[in-house]
Amino acid sequence: MEQEGNVLLQMRHIDKHFPGVVALLDVDFTLRQGEIHALMGENGAGKSTLIKVLTGVEEFEKGIITLEGTRGTFINRSPQEAQERGISTVYQEVNLCENLSVAENIFIGREPKKNGMIDWKQINRKSEELLNRLDIHIDVTKALENYSLALQQMVAIARAVDISAKVLILDEPTSSLDESEVVKLFDLMRKLKNDGMGIVFVTHFLEQVYEVCDRITVLRNGELVGEFEVDKLPRVQLVAKMMGKDFDDLAKIKHYKEKNDEKEEQRIVEAKQIEHIGTVKSFSLNIHAHEVVGLAGLLGSGRSELARALYGADKPDSGMLKFNGEVIKVHAPIDAMKAGMGYLPENRKEEGIFADLSVRENIMIALQVKKGMFKLYTKKEQEKFTDRYIDALKIKTADRETPVKQLSGGNQQKVILGRWLLTNPDFLILDEPTRGIDVGTKTEIQKLVLKLASDGKAIMFISSEIEEMLRTCVKMIVLRDREMVGTLNENELSQENIMEMIAGGEERE
Amino acid sequence: MKHVKIKMNNHTFLLIITVLLFIAMYLSGILLFGDKNFGRIQVFFNLFISNAGLIVVATGMTMVLITAGIDISVGSVVAMTCMLLAWMMEHKGVNAISALIIVLIVGTAFGFVQGWLISYLNLQPFIITLAGMFFARGMTAVISTEMISIKNEMFLSWANAKFYLPFGGYENKRGDIIFPYIYPSVVLAIMVLVAAFILLKYTKFGRSIYAIGGNEQSALLMGLNVRRTKLLTYVINGFLAAFGGFLFALNTCAGFVEQAKGFEMEAIASAVIGGTLLTGGVGNVIGSLFGVLIKGTIESLINFQGTLSSWWTKITIGALLSFFIILQSILAARKQRRRAV
Amino acid sequence: MLRARVKKITEMKLFLPILSLLLVLIINVIKTPNFFNITITNGVFYGYIIDIINRSSELVILAVGMTLVVAASGGADISVGAVSAVSGAVIIFILGGGQTSTDFYHAPYILGIVAAVFVGGLCGVWNGFLVAKMKIQPMVATLILFTAGRGIAQLITGGQILYLRVDHYKGLGGFIPGVPLPTPVFVAILVVGLTYLLLKKTPIGLYIESVGINAKASRLVGLNPVFIQFLSYVYSGLCAGIAGLIITSRVYSIDANNAGLNMELDAILAVALGGNKLSGGKFSLIGSVIGAITIQTLTTTLYAMKVSADQLPVYKAIVVVIIVALQSSELKRMVRNLRAKLMTNTTEKEAA
Repeated sequence: MEQEGNVLLQMRHIDKHFPGVVALLDVDFTLRQGEIHALMGENGAGKSTLIKVLTGVEEFEKGIITLEGTRGTFINRSPQEAQERGISTVYQEVNLCENLSVAENIFIGREPKKNGMIDWKQINRKSEELLNRLDIHIDVTKALENYSLALQQMVAIARAVDISAKVLILDEPTSSLDESEVVKLFDLMRKLKNDGMGIVFVTHFLEQVYEVCDRITVLRNGELVGEFEVDKLPRVQLVAKMMGKDFDDLAKIKHYKEKNDEKEEQRIVEAKQIEHIGTVKSFSLNIHAHEVVGLAGLLGSGRSELARALYGADKPDSGMLKFNGEVIKVHAPIDAMKAGMGYLPENRKEEGIFADLSVRENIMIALQVKKGMFKLYTKKEQEKFTDRYIDALKIKTADRETPVKQLSGGNQQKVILGRWLLTNPDFLILDEPTRGIDVGTKTEIQKLVLKLASDGKAIMFISSEIEEMLRTCVKMIVLRDREMVGTLNENELSQENIMEMIAGGEERE
Repeated sequence: MKHVKIKMNNHTFLLIITVLLFIAMYLSGILLFGDKNFGRIQVFFNLFISNAGLIVVATGMTMVLITAGIDISVGSVVAMTCMLLAWMMEHKGVNAISALIIVLIVGTAFGFVQGWLISYLNLQPFIITLAGMFFARGMTAVISTEMISIKNEMFLSWANAKFYLPFGGYENKRGDIIFPYIYPSVVLAIMVLVAAFILLKYTKFGRSIYAIGGNEQSALLMGLNVRRTKLLTYVINGFLAAFGGFLFALNTCAGFVEQAKGFEMEAIASAVIGGTLLTGGVGNVIGSLFGVLIKGTIESLINFQGTLSSWWTKITIGALLSFFIILQSILAARKQRRRAV
Repeated sequence: MLRARVKKITEMKLFLPILSLLLVLIINVIKTPNFFNITITNGVFYGYIIDIINRSSELVILAVGMTLVVAASGGADISVGAVSAVSGAVIIFILGGGQTSTDFYHAPYILGIVAAVFVGGLCGVWNGFLVAKMKIQPMVATLILFTAGRGIAQLITGGQILYLRVDHYKGLGGFIPGVPLPTPVFVAILVVGLTYLLLKKTPIGLYIESVGINAKASRLVGLNPVFIQFLSYVYSGLCAGIAGLIITSRVYSIDANNAGLNMELDAILAVALGGNKLSGGKFSLIGSVIGAITIQTLTTTLYAMKVSADQLPVYKAIVVVIIVALQSSELKRMVRNLRAKLMTNTTEKEAA
C-alpha cells in the first residue's frame, strides 16, 4: 500500500459549456499528495477539458478549485499562471525545442544570468543536478533531438518539476513509448510520488493504470462516473464504467445463438502477422464474404491503426496479406484499392473530404483513380453515378456541384460512403461511419451494412458504440493497448463478453 | 535494428565540413597559383576586403534563417542603399554621415514592414520578401536609372582608408617592402559578426530565435513572445542589409540599378554552406563567415585562373548550395527514420 | 437582398481577374480614346489590343505552368525566367552553330525547338525532384535555378549575346507571311488549349486539385501526391522552355542576362490575380490567362505613363502584397475582431 498524504488539489462542481455543448457538468476531482491518479474516459468524456480548465487554457462557468498551500480558491488564467502556482503539464507531443540542448530546454524563458549575459555554466550544472536527482544520467549539453522520445519526455517532466513542484499532469505520456521506456517512465513517476508530488496520469492504457496508479477517476459524457481505488476496482468493472454499462457479475448470461449451417464461405481477407511498428502489434485475422466483422476496444487500443495497416494507409513493416486467395503486396492505398478494398477513414475532415471540391467530384474520385489516367468518365456518366448515391443514401445537398464543405457532417459522411460504394469493393472498411450522424441516418447505414453483407461483401466495422456493432456484426475482434487480444464468434457475442475480453487479465472466476 | 550512434551531432558535423572545405580550397589555390603569388597574406585579406558587405548581410540572413524564415530582398536592399547614398550625396548635397544615418533608417523601416507582414499577418516570408526584392530593385531605378558615381570627399576618404599590418610584407620589384593592409570596412564587419555572435549565444532574445526556429509551437507554449521576436529579427536584418549595403558602397563607390544582383543568393549560400539549416533552429554566424570565405576563395581561384568566365563563380556556388541543401535533407530524413525505430 | 446579390457576384470564380482586367482597360480607354481601335495594313492587324495580346503571350504560357505548380504544391516556381533564358540559349546555340552572329541555320529548325523545350523540361525535372522527392520548400528549391540558371545560360552563350539573323526564325516571335495575327498569340493559344484539353479530357485536373486541397485524403483514394507534384514542376519547366523560344525569336538573339527577366514575379502575380489561392487547391486556368493579360495591360499603361521597365516592379510588388494580405486569414480575423469591438462600442454608447 502506498502512503497517501493530505488532499493536495480539489476541484468541485466544475461546469463548462461550449456553444451548444456541455463539456463538463458538476465534475469533482481530488488529488492527494504522494499519489498517482489516473484520469480516464472515452471520446468526449471531458478529460482534456478538465485539464484545460485547471491549467487556465479554458475558462469555466461554475465551480471552485483549491490547492494546498494557496489561500482560498483560485482560477488560473493561463498556463504560465498555473505553473507559477505549482501546476505543470507535460503533453504527449513533448513541447520542447529539439534543436536546443537538454540543459537549455530545461531553462528556456528563465535562464540564469551573469553580468547581463546568459550563464551557460550555471545552466549546465543546475540541469545536470536536477536530472541526477531524478535518476536520469545524460549529457545535458547535447541537443535534445539526439535522445529518444522517452528521454525527451523525462526532460520535459524535469523542466515541469523544476518550475513548479506540486502537481504534475501527464497527458498521454506513454502513447509513443516502447515497453522498456514505459518502465523507466514509471520509475521516475514513482520517485516523484515518493517526494510528495501529486501526479495526474491521463491515459487509456488499462494495464498501465493497474501497474502504477493509486486511484482512478472516470468521466463519461462530461459527468463524473466516480473515483475509485485501483486495488478495489476489478478491470472489468472499470471497462464497464467507462462504457457506461452496468456489469453485473452475477447476472452474466452467455448468449448462445443457433449456429447457422456452416457454409464454407469464401475467405476474402487473410492476414498473417501484419505489424506496423509503433501503432499496432502483429495481428492475424480472416474475414469471409457475407461477414461483418467488428473491431472492439477502448479508445487508443489500435483499431483504426489495424485497419490502416490492412489498407496500406500505413505501410506494414511485416506480414502477409492474401486477398480473394491471392497474395498481394500493399505498399500504398492504391494497391489495396486495385485488389478490391475500400476505406472510410475515422477523421473525415482531415482524411476524407476534399472540402472545396463538389459532391460529384468527391463521390467520383476513388472510382476515377481506379479507372486510371486515360479514361475520364463523361459528364453524363458522372452525373448518373452521383445521382445514384445521392438518392440511395439520401444525401441532402443543393445539387451535385455544391462544394462538399457546405454540407452537414452527416451528409459529408454519406458522400464518402457513396464514394466507396461506387467502387464496388469486395472488402469495405468503415471506421466510425456513424460518428456525428443523426439517429435516423445511423439506422440507415446499419441496414445498408447488413445489405452489403448479404450481397456477398466482407465488411470491417469499427465503432465506439458497442450496441451498433452487436446489431450488425457476426464476429468481433478485440483489441487492447494496441494489440489484438482475441476473437469472439457469433455465438459468443455479448456486451459482457466483449468487455471481459477488453479488460483481460487478473481475478476472474 | 542496428542503431548507428553518431558521436558528434549533425550540426558540428556540417560546420567541420565547411571549415575543411575552406582550408582545402585555399590550399589548392596556393598549390595551383603559388607562382602568381596566391600565397601572399594580402590575398587572404582581400577575401575579407571584397566581402565585408557580404559578411554583414550573411550575418543578418543567418538570424532570419534560424527562425525558419527567409529574406530574399537583401540584394535589392543593398542596391537601393548604394543608390540612395550616391543620390543623396551627389545630387542632393547631403553630407556623408547624414546619408549613412538615413539609409540605416530606411533599411530598418524596410525590415519592419516585411517583418510585420510576416509575423503579425502570418504571411509567407518567401512571397513577402520576393515582393520586397522587386520593390527595392524597382525603387533603385526610381531613384535613378543612370549610374551615379560617388565623389563625396568624406566618403571617399573612408573608402580609401587602409590599416597596414606591421608584418607579413613582401619585397616588390623596386625593392620596397609592401605590407598587407586591411580596410576599416573589414573591422566593422567583424565587429558586427562578434556582436551577432554574442546576441545569439548570450541573450534571451538570441536564444528565443533558436527556440522559435526549432519548434514555434513549443516556443509559444513555453511563454516566449514569438511574434515580437520574429518581427525584431526582420528589423535587425533590414538594418544589417542597409549597413552591409554601406560597406558594399565603400567598395564600389557608385550606385547603379544592376548592382548586387544575386547577392541574396550569396548570402543564403554562405549561411547554408556554413551549417545553417533552411528548416530553421540551427545555425551560427561563425559558420556563415566561413561560407563567405569559401565563396571569396572560389572567386579568387577563378580570377587567378584567368581564362574562366566569372559566371563560373555563380554556378559553383549554386552547385555547392544544392549539394549542401540535399545533404541537409538526407541527414534530416535519416534522423526521422532513426527515431521511429 | 442586395447584399446577398453582391456576395454571390464576388464569390464567382472569375470575379477577381475579370474585375482587374476591366479596371485596367477602363483606365486605358480614358487615357487613350482609340485604345480599342484595330486597323488592317497589308493584311495584318494592328492596334493597342493586338499589341497587348501579342506581348502577353510568353507570360500567359509561364502562367499556365505556374498555375499547376501553385495548385498542386502550394508553392511557386521562381526559376521560370531563368529557365526560359537557358532554353533560349540552347536553341540559338544549336541553330547558330555557336557563332556570335550568323545568318543561316547550322542545324535543322525542329532540332533546335525540341532541344530547347527538352532542356526546359529537364530543369523542371530538377525542380520537381528537389520539391517532391527531397521535400525541400518549393521556393527555396527553385531559388537555385533562379540564380544558377542564368549562369548556365551564360556558359552556353560564352558570355556574349548571340544573334541568329535568319528571317525564318523571326517567324515564331513575329509574323508568318500571310497570317494576320502575330505568331506568339497562336503559340499561347496552343499551349493554353493543349493544357485545357489535358485538364478536361483526363482526370489530371481533378487529381491536381485533390492533391493541393488535401494531400492526405488524396493518398487514401489511391493518388500519389509526390508524383503529381513532380509532374507539375516538369510542366512548368516545359512552359518556360516554350516561352524561351518566343522571347528569343522576337529579337532573333539571346541575351542571357535579360531574357525572361522578372517574369517569375509576373507569373506569380498572374496566378494570384486569376483568383487562384497561392496556398494551392482549386484552380482556374482561364483566370490565370486573364490575369496575365491584365498584367501586360498594366505594364503597357505604366510604360505609357513614362515608367521605365526597371521601375515597374515597384507597382507589381505592391499589388502582390495587397492580394496576398487580403487572402490572409489572419487579416480577416483582425477585421472581424475590429468589427466586433466597434459594434460593442456603439451598443454600449446606445445603452448609455
